[in-house]
Amino acid sequence: MSDLMKLTLSGARDALRAGQTTAVELTEASLAAVAASKPLNAFVHDTSEIARAQAVAADIRIQAGGAPDMCGLPIGMKDLFCTKGVTTQAASAILKGFIPEYESTVSKKLFDAGAVMVGKLNMDEFAMGSSNETSTYGNAVNPWKVDDRELAPGGSSGGSAAAVAAETCLAATGTDTGGSIRQPAAFTGITGIKPTYGRCSRWGIVAFASSLDQAGPITKDVRDSAIMLEAMCGFDPKDSTSTNMSVPNFEAALTGDVRGKTIGIPKEYRVDGMPDTLEHLWSEGTAMLRDAGAIVKDISLPHTKYALPAYYVIAPAEASSNLARYDGVRFGHRAKLAAGDGITEMYEKTRAEGFGAEVQRRVMVGTYVLSAGFYDAYYNRARRVRALIKKDFDDVFSAGVDAILTPSTPSAAFGLGEMVDADPVQMYLFDVFTVTVNLAGLPAISVPAGLDSKGLPLGLQLIGRPWEEGDLLNTAFALEKALKFNSKPNQWWL
Amino acid sequence: MLIDTKMAARVAKLARIRVDAADLPALAQEFTNILGFIEQLNEVNVEGIEPMTSVTPQRLFRREDVVNDGNQQVAVLSNAPDAREGFFAVPMVVE
Repeated sequence: MSDLMKLTLSGARDALRAGQTTAVELTEASLAAVAASKPLNAFVHDTSEIARAQAVAADIRIQAGGAPDMCGLPIGMKDLFCTKGVTTQAASAILKGFIPEYESTVSKKLFDAGAVMVGKLNMDEFAMGSSNETSTYGNAVNPWKVDDRELAPGGSSGGSAAAVAAETCLAATGTDTGGSIRQPAAFTGITGIKPTYGRCSRWGIVAFASSLDQAGPITKDVRDSAIMLEAMCGFDPKDSTSTNMSVPNFEAALTGDVRGKTIGIPKEYRVDGMPDTLEHLWSEGTAMLRDAGAIVKDISLPHTKYALPAYYVIAPAEASSNLARYDGVRFGHRAKLAAGDGITEMYEKTRAEGFGAEVQRRVMVGTYVLSAGFYDAYYNRARRVRALIKKDFDDVFSAGVDAILTPSTPSAAFGLGEMVDADPVQMYLFDVFTVTVNLAGLPAISVPAGLDSKGLPLGLQLIGRPWEEGDLLNTAFALEKALKFNSKPNQWWL
Repeated sequence: MLIDTKMAARVAKLARIRVDAADLPALAQEFTNILGFIEQLNEVNVEGIEPMTSVTPQRLFRREDVVNDGNQQVAVLSNAPDAREGFFAVPMVVE
């Protein structure tokens, strides 16, 4: 079979079952594409030896019959997932050389299902960023290019999105704390879903903001998201916030029938300066769902405006606590000490050397909002506002709304380096449509919708009811069928 | 300015991150901008609203208080920058 890397997960799965290809062939094709994608800087740790062994084992399982869907399919792994015996750095210098002695639950589930890991993927340091520019490995590059500029792949799962959009692997894992799956998927013209908080175990995923973090897949289409998400989900006693609920067959939910479903269009997501093409795509997506038989309803989520400021209290607060463990004692980097330096100097020098600028900024903002005298004014107030943001969603869902349609991002991908001199708050604004979902713990998916005036992809986001990923994926499937997005980047990096 | 250099230095100290004195004014300015953005939260009426503790309506999962792992000294110490005789080694903390 030629062009194996053009396959989707479902296409490759079916080809494996039909004996048209093998896991070894797929893996070799993926490894070759990975090697040829160096200019994208998406892959940061080579796991080709592991991949080849996994592929051989997968072929044996497939031949024996009854192998799981993910068996033999080459995927990339975000550097945030601890992988036993494989360097895991969360794209931070402070974890330089860290080799976990254990496997994260999500990567273990994928490996148990037979998935093949072709490499570890670039990301923003500790998943803090919207452009992949805070990585200690240097930025990943968006496969989409329309002029001289190299574009950001989005973040924090920028390497995952770049790798899948460039067709170097069939899918990749991502994590999403404020939009880190959906925003890069939108920027690179592919699909990504963040499930309900508690669906995927956080155990073994390097923590950023524990009450917001969720893992999810970044894939070429909605069916692939359904297949891979199912393999990643499930109760895990090792994560106290993991929910003990059965995982439905998400792919079986993809009927494409949305007749009678109610789709909410929130007026607060219509922001100033939104490009015309994005507004147009949003209206077009709305009309398509109406034509497919859904009922479209204008809704209001009145506290939307306060989601970003609440997020930028809660996420840094949790980060400052989670990142306290990087002290130069148990793992990772320790600064060289001068004569007479004590333990405080060791902590301070280690953390100054090991953390990049954005991580330092967020740890310090978090420290401030949790410090005596400011805890109530900032942290507790933000948690109250968070309760109101969740209530906004609860109210529209109890009024009969099944899913909410919004843009995924306020614009298409920006150029690498363009935001370097901007105020950090300017970069935070790219998360304006995605953070609300994390604050409310809801599932949401980004699907590619069309191209902007320059020819860059734009995404639409669907937000679902808690635990209704199957229904959400089905609505996304109907939207995807109607949108018929099939543009791909020119392979300029080859 | 919401945050002056003295406060910036205090926060850096609390966070155990060394910041050169020369970098404090820029840091204070960044904190001021970020906190200025966060100040919008003061517009919201939060009267009678409880701070959210869990986004899903469930109690934290509990398990039996039993030992279910252990004897992992080599694995635990394998990534330590300085491990000696089965311990993590740090600069002297007690005279």
